[in-house]
Amino acid sequence: MRLERRDNTPLVLMIAAPVVAVVIALALSGVLIALAGVNPLDAYYEMVKGAFGSRLSISETLTRTTPLILTGLAAAVAFRARLWNIGGEGQLYLGALVAAWLGHSLASVVPGPLAIVIILLAGMVAGALLLLGPVILRIRLGVDEVVTTLILNFIVLLFVSMMIEGPLKDPLAFGWPQSVPVDREVLLPKLLERSRLHIGLLVAIFAAVVVWVVQSRTVFGMETKAAGLNPKAASFAGIKLGKTLLAVACISGGLAGLAGAIEVTGLKGYVTLDLSPGYGYSGIVVAMLAGLNPIGVVITAVFVAIVFVGADSMSRALGVPSFIADVIVSISLLTMLVCLLFTSYRVRR
Amino acid sequence: MEALDIFTSASLWGAVLRIATPLIFGTLGALICERSGVLNLGIEGIMTLGAMVAWMTVYQGADLWTGLFVAAVCGGMFGLLHAFLTVPLGLSQHVTGLGITLFASSLTYYIYRLALPVSSSPPTIEPFQPLAIPGLSDIPFIGEALFSQTAPTYLAIFAIVVTAYVFTRTPLGLAIRMTGENPHAVEAQGLNPVRIRIGTIVVGSALMAMGGAFLTTATFNSFFPTMVQGRGWVCIALVVFASWRPGKALLGALLFALFDAYQLRLQHVIDNAIPYQLFLMVPYVLSIVALVIMSRRARVPQALMAPYRKGER
Amino acid sequence: MTLEPVLELTNITKRFGDLVANDSISLSLGKGELLALLGENGAGKTTLMNILFGHYTADTGDVRAFGQLLPPGKPRAAIEAGIGMVHQHFTLAGNLSVLDNIMIGTEGLGHLRTARREAETKLKTLSERFGLQVNPNAFVSELSVGERQRVEILKALYRDARVLILDEPTAVLTRIEADQLFETLRDMTASGLSVIFISHKLGEVMAASNRVVILRGGRTVAERQTAKTDRAELAELMVGRRVVRPVRTDQEPGRDILTAKNVSVLEGGRKILDTIGFRVRAGEILGIIGVSGNGQAALGQLTSGLLAADSGTLSYDGHETKGFSPHMLVRAGTGRIPEDRNTEGAVGEMAIWENSVLERIRESRFSGNGFVKRAACRNYADELIERFDIRGATPDTGTRQLSGGNMQKMILGRNLASSPNLIIANQPTRGLDEGAIAAVHGELLEARKAGAAVLLISEDLDEVLALSDTIQAIFKGRLSAAVPAAQAESRAIGLMMAGIWEGENAA
Repeated sequence: MRLERRDNTPLVLMIAAPVVAVVIALALSGVLIALAGVNPLDAYYEMVKGAFGSRLSISETLTRTTPLILTGLAAAVAFRARLWNIGGEGQLYLGALVAAWLGHSLASVVPGPLAIVIILLAGMVAGALLLLGPVILRIRLGVDEVVTTLILNFIVLLFVSMMIEGPLKDPLAFGWPQSVPVDREVLLPKLLERSRLHIGLLVAIFAAVVVWVVQSRTVFGMETKAAGLNPKAASFAGIKLGKTLLAVACISGGLAGLAGAIEVTGLKGYVTLDLSPGYGYSGIVVAMLAGLNPIGVVITAVFVAIVFVGADSMSRALGVPSFIADVIVSISLLTMLVCLLFTSYRVRR
Repeated sequence: MEALDIFTSASLWGAVLRIATPLIFGTLGALICERSGVLNLGIEGIMTLGAMVAWMTVYQGADLWTGLFVAAVCGGMFGLLHAFLTVPLGLSQHVTGLGITLFASSLTYYIYRLALPVSSSPPTIEPFQPLAIPGLSDIPFIGEALFSQTAPTYLAIFAIVVTAYVFTRTPLGLAIRMTGENPHAVEAQGLNPVRIRIGTIVVGSALMAMGGAFLTTATFNSFFPTMVQGRGWVCIALVVFASWRPGKALLGALLFALFDAYQLRLQHVIDNAIPYQLFLMVPYVLSIVALVIMSRRARVPQALMAPYRKGER
Repeated sequence: MTLEPVLELTNITKRFGDLVANDSISLSLGKGELLALLGENGAGKTTLMNILFGHYTADTGDVRAFGQLLPPGKPRAAIEAGIGMVHQHFTLAGNLSVLDNIMIGTEGLGHLRTARREAETKLKTLSERFGLQVNPNAFVSELSVGERQRVEILKALYRDARVLILDEPTAVLTRIEADQLFETLRDMTASGLSVIFISHKLGEVMAASNRVVILRGGRTVAERQTAKTDRAELAELMVGRRVVRPVRTDQEPGRDILTAKNVSVLEGGRKILDTIGFRVRAGEILGIIGVSGNGQAALGQLTSGLLAADSGTLSYDGHETKGFSPHMLVRAGTGRIPEDRNTEGAVGEMAIWENSVLERIRESRFSGNGFVKRAACRNYADELIERFDIRGATPDTGTRQLSGGNMQKMILGRNLASSPNLIIANQPTRGLDEGAIAAVHGELLEARKAGAAVLLISEDLDEVLALSDTIQAIFKGRLSAAVPAAQAESRAIGLMMAGIWEGENAA
């Protein structure tokens, strides 16, 4: 038995791949749910109910979707250019920290809406700058960016911890490590009344559309695609690999930083060390499930959000540990990788 | 106590070996995988899994060595999964490794919660006790620093020696090194590079799990989520620092542990003058520094991260 | 057949998807025979030998060595049966020593200690017996190509091979090295070994072999005793039809287009190009001939704008510079044909229309305001497909699906469509079959006629002699003085390729 490259991939397969991957992941996770003494079908029913059952749960799911779209895009953009940015988590936190800092001090200086724009942009810049370091190390010295971006996640988390216990500590938080809150003026408007859903969702979807247009319709998109797929041929064609990579890094890091800034200004209002339940890492799964397609990212982000929100309420109802959500998502990543293989290869005897 | 006096205390040097042990296991495991040409980023998750499994086994009544063994077997099984995906299927080693880490750690937490639904403070176990080597441990200073360690620490050092011997002195070691340099050459000489890679990944992953297991059976006496704290990633950096050589890996792990042990003690000396987070950052910053220093000098296995498919060049 | 057969292949068939690489081929090799397997690129020679050695599994048919059936798909079984193979792309690890490379796989993996000293002794005996000198403790990366080939042969002999298969063994050798190699092979057959060598070069087949088997389109089309045939017959059998390569007609060259004066390029402190000088004029083809690995890659990169000179000057149409950039060259009207069309010439995963315009995407006809004009790009690709006869392609076809010849036509097309004044052609016909070669030669000569200056870098002496107005040899990063093609004769050029030129020995 061996693998043989397909000449082209039928569209059906490209759509079927994530579906099959998710179904297999759910089946495998079902075994673990059964281990907890619960019928997996009941559990999945509870999860769907928990994610869609009411107006509140739908709004919660969409609220969760927002940062996942952005970190998913961050990973998708980078991976397409063969830039292994695993530092989404750190970039998100740095974006969040900068947003909290500016959000606290800026509203008194500039009017609200302008302040919001500045804050979001600053969050993006923070995320982008954080990724530039590892990328420059890779271009200049050939240092593998996977390890550096991963390790930076830990450094950033410690830095955030230092800031929210130090200079940015909220004096009114009864000693909890929590940053100063952002001014009410710069909180993002709600999308839906009496819910936590904010316009950040629209920003994220807009970002996905922009990324799609840039990738599929512009010179820059074509050049990054070529540079990612075949760096040698790209540089022969006159594409500057280093420059392209730096640009991609700015976009990728910026998107992850934006996710953090939006979480702070749209949802939490301040930074704590549990601001993100691993959005940076889940973003990688979101991107892979979407086959790195920016529009697909929106859909798969909703899926991952459903799993997380649904698992929380299912856990409360049936007592299955909510970690099952992480299990489902991580198995989906592995099964998706295998399914992707079969979209580009076929098995021969 | 002054900042420099710390270096003259035997307890610092004893702590170095203790802190280094999980790093030695982890770095050695990652090194063995990479020597045959496969990057194993599953390390962080496999260490987490090993930590929990060993602790759980002992908590359920088995003895410590059984705990270590079960952890190694479970680690090996996840290694097998990584191997299956990256070697015969040739999937991206980066993404697959991350997937393995996410899967192994989420599964670990899930099973941990399943076994212990509610507990405010995680239950502890009776850990490995220091094993004083008769005679040697009585030597002043050195005895306390080097020869009063727990048994797994000695085992880790022994594993380094064995690996170094295998790589340089046996046909198996040559086959592994050649697979990491040029798998086509291995196949052309009648060996099966796929099997060799699978074998090294399984063994390497078992060692990684033992590194994690050391944390629960010797260092902390109990398991709690996120306890591995990026040690796996540090190990990956250490492999580069060590230029893929077992001896240098030991040296690197010890150097890191020294900084770590030193900063822990320095925190007490300096008190609150400097935020403690800065100290905690030191090992991570050092890993990046190590990568940068060694990036140009290291002799990378030529086929690292290149999937091998038979009949495809 | 009078010789005792050592190897028999019967009815071997192998398909890759729709392509039938081997179509029920039968072949036998006698003891002490030196058999040539002759065929064009893509005739199925390498596939057949890979089946014989167990790298591939045949769909049907079987292989017998010394009367015993070989299990399919097991290189180990082939080795144990006494078959040794020297691949065209060496299977060596540069970071390991010669001895390591030879010993791998010779001892049981369960052994606790390797017997290095004994191995070294055995290796020394072998290299003395066959005149294949190498230092067992040298790293392979430090060896020359010729020495590496010796290591490959020793690897097979070390495992007591009685049948040796060599895939295009002279592709990377100088003429002198090649002669030495065939000398060694003849000694081996005299002492009872049997050898098959794969080749598409008629000269060496005629000079070295006892018998020739000719493959074409995956079938055996003929078999001849070498003594009873001639080049012309073999050529016709190999190609199957008369392909007439276009012939160069004399014309007066114009002004200087591209010149280099005392140009050196360093890599890690080593001169990969060493004070070279050349001049290409409008309407002229300058052929740079040399054995692979003597600096052609660097010369190609230098003239394609990927490398800059560390000293000396280049001048393009009168403008002096240290180095070009791809953009600058494309804008100025240079056509660039890269050495390796798969890794440099095209992005296999992208569509033909994307590869057609990639290097000139920023031109206003293909993009505006940063957006790609997709319709215009597709039309352009359509024109190329039509004008340059790229078969089996639409603008949206994946570039990987093209055959080598058609991909090369696409690359040529996108360069020639805008009537370049300079063409850098680095190994333009490597790996192509005779029909495609004739097409490429035709296009290059056409461009010359239209007044383009052509810098042709090639390892194929026949090609350089047929196309060039002027010839220079490249050896160890140095260029010989220019020789007018009219005065060039193949023996002198052969010496130049070994670094021996005009009273001076570059070696």
